[in-house]
Amino acid sequence: MATAPRVGVLMSRVRVEEKLLFEELGRRGIEPVVLDDRSLVFPLEQPLELGVDVVLERAIQHSRALYALKIFEQWGIPTVNTYQVADTCGNKFLTTVALLRDGVPTPRTRIAFTQESALQAVEELGYPVVLKPIIGSWGRLLSKVNDRDAAEALLEHKETLGSYLHAIYYIQEYVPKPNRDIRSFVVGDECICAIYRSSAHWITNTAQGGRATNCPVTPEIADLSVRAARSIGGGVVAVDILESPEGLLVNEVNYTMEFRNSIETTGVNIPAKIIDHVLAAARDGA
Amino acid sequence: MASSCPECGANVGVGSKPMAGEIVQCPDCGTELEVKNLQPLELAVAPAEEEDWGE
Repeated sequence: MATAPRVGVLMSRVRVEEKLLFEELGRRGIEPVVLDDRSLVFPLEQPLELGVDVVLERAIQHSRALYALKIFEQWGIPTVNTYQVADTCGNKFLTTVALLRDGVPTPRTRIAFTQESALQAVEELGYPVVLKPIIGSWGRLLSKVNDRDAAEALLEHKETLGSYLHAIYYIQEYVPKPNRDIRSFVVGDECICAIYRSSAHWITNTAQGGRATNCPVTPEIADLSVRAARSIGGGVVAVDILESPEGLLVNEVNYTMEFRNSIETTGVNIPAKIIDHVLAAARDGA
Repeated sequence: MASSCPECGANVGVGSKPMAGEIVQCPDCGTELEVKNLQPLELAVAPAEEEDWGE
């Protein structure tokens, strides 16, 4: 009988998702190796012997995930997801560039480096526009800018109060949507399920109060989701899709996906699908 | 299993199978707590959300 792969899990904070993934590994007789990003020290001169065949990345902190994944890659340890996926998905500019490169429809976006040029971009796109931090999640620090007064104030605040990253202005057209967006879940080459996230507020993240209901995976949603996942490097990702008047647009792609509200909602065993993928990655990397 | 909240001293249950790193909420003061140790059970105030947290 083949020995089960040794699975490491990079994490610190244990969310519901991590508990579900641990339970699924337990059902398969696999005791995961916990790699706590708060206590790990990575010697860069030579690899640590971690005793794992694959690492499942579940860090809540993007910066730690990014650096750790690069190190694991250097050490020849397969990871889900890869460093390249984390880097692309964690940076909205890189995500947009990848989507556009592969012809995946996405909202019109501008990048500018000064308040003056950013204001020019805002007015070229036309109000309202959306300003987003280059790096951020859970709907944090998103701004819907409705007029010039607000644009001027927001741009000044971002440059003055934020870190240097906040002065990389990522400006996107506002996409009117029917009080909801779509979050689809892609594992490998399969869109396994999707939910609608509904909210009267224009920010529909469930972290900001959006409510999840099942979204049937149409051929169009499946095709768009898998194309988006491939464009950012593939793996286990959650794709955020907007229903614009002109058709579906991919808003962003998340690489450490949260799914606690989506298992019962969709009837799909998401943790099982993820673990299937992780174990396949371990076997493929052997 | 239960322990006391480090903020207000209330009794905080953590279920029958807690994991180190798991987050629970104090039922009295509402503080987010992290399970720091299992044997013995020890709770600490959970780290606050940072700018690069998320999915």
